[in-house]
Amino acid sequence: MANWIPLWLHKLGSPPTFYRFAGTLQPWATALALVLGAIALYGGLVLAPADYQQGDAYRIIFIHVPSAEMSMFIYAVMGVAAFIALVWRIKLAEVVAMESAPIGAAFTFITLVTGSLWGKPMWGTWWTWDARLTSELVLLFLYLGVIGLYHAFEDRRQGARAAAFLAIIGIINVPIVHFSVNWWNTLHQGSTINVFGQSKMSSDMLWPLLTMMLATKFYYAASLFRRVRTDLLALEGGKDWVRRIAEDEAGR
Amino acid sequence: MNRPGLLTACAAMLRRDLTLAWRRRGDIAMPVLYALIVTMLFPFALGPEDTLLQRIAGGVVLVTVLLAMLLALDAMFSSDIEDGSLEQLVVAPQPLALMLGMKILAHWLTTALPLIVIAPLMAAMLHLPGAVIPVLLLALLLATPLLSLLGAVLVALTAGTRRSGMLLALMLLPLCVPAVIFAAGAVAAAQQGLPWLAPITWLAAALVLAAVLAPLACAAALRIALDA
Repeated sequence: MANWIPLWLHKLGSPPTFYRFAGTLQPWATALALVLGAIALYGGLVLAPADYQQGDAYRIIFIHVPSAEMSMFIYAVMGVAAFIALVWRIKLAEVVAMESAPIGAAFTFITLVTGSLWGKPMWGTWWTWDARLTSELVLLFLYLGVIGLYHAFEDRRQGARAAAFLAIIGIINVPIVHFSVNWWNTLHQGSTINVFGQSKMSSDMLWPLLTMMLATKFYYAASLFRRVRTDLLALEGGKDWVRRIAEDEAGR
Repeated sequence: MNRPGLLTACAAMLRRDLTLAWRRRGDIAMPVLYALIVTMLFPFALGPEDTLLQRIAGGVVLVTVLLAMLLALDAMFSSDIEDGSLEQLVVAPQPLALMLGMKILAHWLTTALPLIVIAPLMAAMLHLPGAVIPVLLLALLLATPLLSLLGAVLVALTAGTRRSGMLLALMLLPLCVPAVIFAAGAVAAAQQGLPWLAPITWLAAALVLAAVLAPLACAAALRIALDA
């Protein structure tokens, strides 16, 4: 009856199937990311009113908060993929985990830079040793550690498994770091958006923010698909399906 | 063939590692000298002002011990990998996690314990008040095994790579943030005459957790890193 769902997931785990699947979805994800991003930027930078206290400077929130959310979301995706890779030894999960890391690191970096730009007019300083800032910085180092470990091995699959293990250690450690740092020092405001219940934000500021969050998700999907496809071709270089693709490209 | 019991195997493992460390006594002295020299550099860099040195003393000692341990961490498995005895350990009938736990204990005894012994000297060099030194030692006694355990997992992960020194620092330092926060928090609280028991108990809790989980994680990491 509903057997086709697990069957489809199983098939999706095989590199050639995922290669085709990602190839079909990737342009759509890119297009959605671009369109939603443009709408969100227009809504955030033009339509939304200025803040009564922060003036126009608050508008950096439309970049800062979505990338902060993505920096943690991607770490969670990486952790889940790493777990799947280690437990079931699925090659695709290894690739997904390892190709998520640079994207997550990029989003973390953007979060830190935009936060620093925002902090200068609001708090009067580029950087302060506040809990959220510090744990975001630690998150960046965790990403860099995973990327560094992956590239330290000569065998890519072995490197991917070792780095996946590190990612899982990191996921256990992230809440510990987060809370220990939280008790240590705090200046950053609490969260404004509430998934359950009333958000502490006016709706004409909220919708561009939520749209941007959606846009970054699609961007992540598009970027991940593109990276995974390239990586799969490199990993499976000698296999038949890659040779067929190469022949098709050559014959074109 | 009769197998040696678990306790015999553990004792043999510990004795072997301690003997090896004792045969190369010079290596034990290196982290100690390193820590002393780093501590000596702080007054040069910041000026010999008593009040300033007193204020930073606890943190400086903690971070210096952490860095000295990091320096010695790289060598935890390297000689065993070179001569193949680590592979023997992996295929041995005894549980790998337990054997690795013994190795970590031996490593802690040979690198962290000397550092803890000279920690009062380092603290005195920076004019830390004598009343705070017991708290500092307690914090070090709980924080250094935590670092050894956490470090062992990461060293095991990098076992299959060359040139792992800087990579190890990049991986370990973000993970040991909580240990530094709680240890330094306890010392700072003691220095201000506040109750310092809470951060110490947090450290102890983390240590108990790590003592159970880290050898298992270390064994898993080693299996990943060694099978090519």
